[in-house]
Amino acid sequence: MNEFLEMGGYAAFVWPAYGLSAGVLVVIAWLSIRDLKNTQNTFEKLSGEKEKSK
Amino acid sequence: MADLHRFANPTRFLKLAGIIQPWALAVFLLSITVGLYMAFFTAPADYQQGESARIMYVHVPAAWMAMFCYTVMAVASAVSLIWKHPLADVSARATAPIGAAFTFLSLATGSLWGKPMWGTWWVWDARLTSVLVLLFLYIGYMALQGAFDDRVRAAKASAILALVGFVNVPIIKFSVDWWNTLHQPASVIKMGGSSIHPSMLWPLLIMAIAFKAYYVWVLMVRMRQELVANKVRILRLKQVHGG
Amino acid sequence: MKQFVFLVRRDLNLAFRQGMDSLLVVVFFIIAVVLFPFGVGPEPGTLARIAAGVIWVAALLSTMLSLERLFQIDYDDGSLELLALSSLPLEVTVLAKVTAHWITSGLPLIVAAPVLAVLMQMDSDGFMVLIVALLLGTPSLSLIGAIGAALILGSRRGGVLLSLLVLPLYIPVLIFGVSAVDGAIGGYEFKAQLLILGGFFIGTLALAPWAGAGGLRQALE
Repeated sequence: MNEFLEMGGYAAFVWPAYGLSAGVLVVIAWLSIRDLKNTQNTFEKLSGEKEKSK
Repeated sequence: MADLHRFANPTRFLKLAGIIQPWALAVFLLSITVGLYMAFFTAPADYQQGESARIMYVHVPAAWMAMFCYTVMAVASAVSLIWKHPLADVSARATAPIGAAFTFLSLATGSLWGKPMWGTWWVWDARLTSVLVLLFLYIGYMALQGAFDDRVRAAKASAILALVGFVNVPIIKFSVDWWNTLHQPASVIKMGGSSIHPSMLWPLLIMAIAFKAYYVWVLMVRMRQELVANKVRILRLKQVHGG
Repeated sequence: MKQFVFLVRRDLNLAFRQGMDSLLVVVFFIIAVVLFPFGVGPEPGTLARIAAGVIWVAALLSTMLSLERLFQIDYDDGSLELLALSSLPLEVTVLAKVTAHWITSGLPLIVAAPVLAVLMQMDSDGFMVLIVALLLGTPSLSLIGAIGAALILGSRRGGVLLSLLVLPLYIPVLIFGVSAVDGAIGGYEFKAQLLILGGFFIGTLALAPWAGAGGLRQALE
């Protein structure tokens, strides 16, 4: 296991490369989903208000 | 009536997106698991570069995605300018940040790979430099998208920019190649070459599929967000105009 | 053609009446280059080595500086709309405005460049090629810049945005411009670079008016 984590001495480069990639992909996905949820909420609130005013 | 026509298409798209999205996520999860397993366990260490060559399995697919996303953006921009298809602009706009993220990743992982191989974080290698310029093109596109209050204007202006940029990409590539052969750095290891062993090619391809599926999934999320945001804008307008 | 010449003269008249503008561009160009000896030290060998690059980069930045105003004034006072409605195709209008821009900002740079080359200790073998390369390259800069200038009309944060859009597209001109001059100084081949610069000029001449006019149309809608 340790040998695997050491990556033949290149651990300091291999793991950050994968970690950074995972981080960026997760952040982009999270931001996109959060935006979608927020906008959907605003939409429902707005269309709800419209129903009431009728 | 024109308003109705604008809506017909996106509504059908929203249904389609609802179907595609879970499938894309499933393909992504499956292929990223298999891809990572192969990248770390079945693929051999490179005989010259050792274990550091495993960075290739994120670096190369990210670089492919960087170019793929820009192509998608340019094609969508052309469609949006020529046929005024409402979804084309939305997809170009939604693609830009994903493409920029992949471009950044290919630079960052390339740098992490370069440090042990070239002994430095950065060389002005022709490929790296072209990708850096590509990142600037993405940033310019996103900045222009965000610089207008009017969505229609933002869409048209940035569509023209995407096309101008797309025409320029090969010219920039050509120039940078020329420039690089003039100033060839001494210790650059030539990458790739003609033959790549199947045990390394397969994880590469599977990771590429994973990234494509990720792109499709996030694209669906972002496009849905844009379309709902459009509806919100229309509702707000109606409220203002005596709704 | 008559209208084209008329438009160019109108823009030139406007520029000369405001007078300072194109002078300021040249002054910026000179100051930008003069900063470098302070930055890297006055050692002649170092300066001579970077002279061509510094002069070209400064030329790129100076061209940028005056681009923002290319359509902005006409856009703000509404005369751009009149121009769009006239019988003259918008593409020709763009070309006329680019021509005027080049005469007021590109040409002065070329006049000032040899002086700067002397200050930067550039080998005299490079002077002629520098001027020819600038003659071939700066029109492309104005043409590409016109696209950016048209796209940012009516946007927030115009100037900074413009440089972000246009500078990456300037890189090919920079590469071949510098390479031609360095080639001439080092005794290498430089005709190919000049030919490519000429090719860029013809290419942008054919494409930029269309893209620029497209940009103006969407701004005027």
